[in-house]
Amino acid sequence: MEVAVIDSTLTIHPVWLRATHWLNALAVVIMTMSGWRIYNASPLFDFKFAKAITLGGWLGGAIQWHFAAMWLLAANGLVYLLCNVGTGRIVRKFFPLSPRAIVADLLAAFRGQLSHADLRQYNAMQRASYLFVIADAVLLVLSGLVLWKSVQFPLLRELLGGYEAARLVHFFAMAAMVAFVMVHLAMTALVPRTLLAMIRGR
Amino acid sequence: MMKKFPRLVAIDGDAVVKEALRRIEQPSRRMFLQRSLTLGGLSLLTGCAIVDEDSVEHALMKVSRFNDKVQGWLFDPKQLAPTYPESMITRPFPFNAYYGEDEIRKVDADSYRLEITGMVTDKHAWTLPELRALPQTNQVTRHICVEGWSAIGKWGGVNFASFLSRVGADTSAKYIGFKCADDYYTSIDMPTALHPQTLLTLSYDGQPLPPRYGFPMKLRMPTKLGYKNPKHINAIFVTNTYPGGYWEDQGYNWFGGS
Repeated sequence: MEVAVIDSTLTIHPVWLRATHWLNALAVVIMTMSGWRIYNASPLFDFKFAKAITLGGWLGGAIQWHFAAMWLLAANGLVYLLCNVGTGRIVRKFFPLSPRAIVADLLAAFRGQLSHADLRQYNAMQRASYLFVIADAVLLVLSGLVLWKSVQFPLLRELLGGYEAARLVHFFAMAAMVAFVMVHLAMTALVPRTLLAMIRGR
Repeated sequence: MMKKFPRLVAIDGDAVVKEALRRIEQPSRRMFLQRSLTLGGLSLLTGCAIVDEDSVEHALMKVSRFNDKVQGWLFDPKQLAPTYPESMITRPFPFNAYYGEDEIRKVDADSYRLEITGMVTDKHAWTLPELRALPQTNQVTRHICVEGWSAIGKWGGVNFASFLSRVGADTSAKYIGFKCADDYYTSIDMPTALHPQTLLTLSYDGQPLPPRYGFPMKLRMPTKLGYKNPKHINAIFVTNTYPGGYWEDQGYNWFGGS
C-alpha cells in the first residue's frame, strides 16, 4: 500500500551514486578474481581458488589486472566518498543508527518481516551493512598498500602488524567483501525494484 | 611440386577436412572473442589468459609502465626496510628461481670475473678475492616474493652505492643492468641502486654465499621483490637504454619495489 503513495518520478539514487556503484562493482569483481589468482601462487591456507573463477591466467597477468583495477577502485571510491560527504547524503541516509535498531531489524529479517518498501529509506540493517562495506573497502585499500609498498608506508605497515599480518588482514577483508556481495545480491533478488532503482535512478 | 602432389593424395581425407574446418572456424572464433569484449562481457575475463587478447594485454602493460613511474615517485631513498634480530631468520631460507634446485648453476670461484661496463670510468673485471677485500656489512632483512610469501635472511657484502662510486659509475644514468651465470637478467633504477641497504652480496648467514642463494655474488635489495634480486651475477652495466629483465619481459612489473 505504501508503494502507491510514493511519487515514482522522484529520484531515489542520484547519477553520481549509480555511476560510482557500478564502476565499483566492476572494480571489485576484477580485484577479487585477480586477487584469487595471486593468492593461489602462495596460498595462506590449505586451499586454492578454482582456476575457472580467477582472472589473469598466470601470476604475472593476475598482478597486472589487480594493479590496474586498483586505480579504478581507489579513484572511484574517493569520488563516492567525496560526493557522499559533500552532499550530506551520508548523514541523511545512514544516520541515526543505533545498535538497538540493528538488532530489531535483524530479528525482523529472520521472521521475514524486514521492510524495504520505501527505497529512499534504508533500514537499520542496510545502514549498518553499507557502512560496514565502506569501512571494509578502506581496509582492503590500506592493507593492499602495505602489501604493495611495505617499505614506503612504515606507519601503515606497523599499524597492521607487519607485512605478513597485512596479508591476513587483506585476505579476511576480501572474505568479508565477498560475503557482503553475496548477501547484497540475495537481497536484490528478494526486492528486484532495488536493482531497477540502481540502474534508472527511481 | 610434382613430387609433392602424390604425397598429398596419400594423406588421410578426414584429417584434411578437419584441418580445413579448423581454419574456417578460427576467424569466426576470433570475431566472437572480440565482440564479447566490446560488449564489455565479463565472461571473457573468467579464467582467461591475458595473452588471448592483444589489446587488453597492451593496455595492462601501459598501466604497468605507469605503475613504474608511480613507484619511482613514491620511492624514498632514505626510507629503510625494517631489520630483524638474527633469531628471526627463516630456517631453512627458501630456494627460489625460474628453474628447480637440481639445475642450480655451479660457478668456478677461481676463474670468476665480474665484468663492469657501460657508463663507468673503471672497466676492469673484478676477481672474487678483490670483491671480498672491500669493506663488508651485514643486514638481516625480509625478502618478499612476488608470489606473496616472505622470509627473513642475513646477507653480507659490499654497499652497492660505494661500489658504484669506486668504479666511477655515472649516477645520472637511468638504469643498471645485470647478467647472470644462470642466464637470468634484470635491471634496476638508479635511486634503488644507491639506496643504503642495496648490497653487492657475497655471504649468507656468515658463510660464503652458497650456490643455491647465488654463488659467488648476488644483488640484495630489501626495497625490491625477490625477482629483482639477481643471483650468480657475471656482469653489471650502467646504461640509459632500458634493459628489461627475464620476468619483466613476460609481464612482471619492472620497478617491482616494496
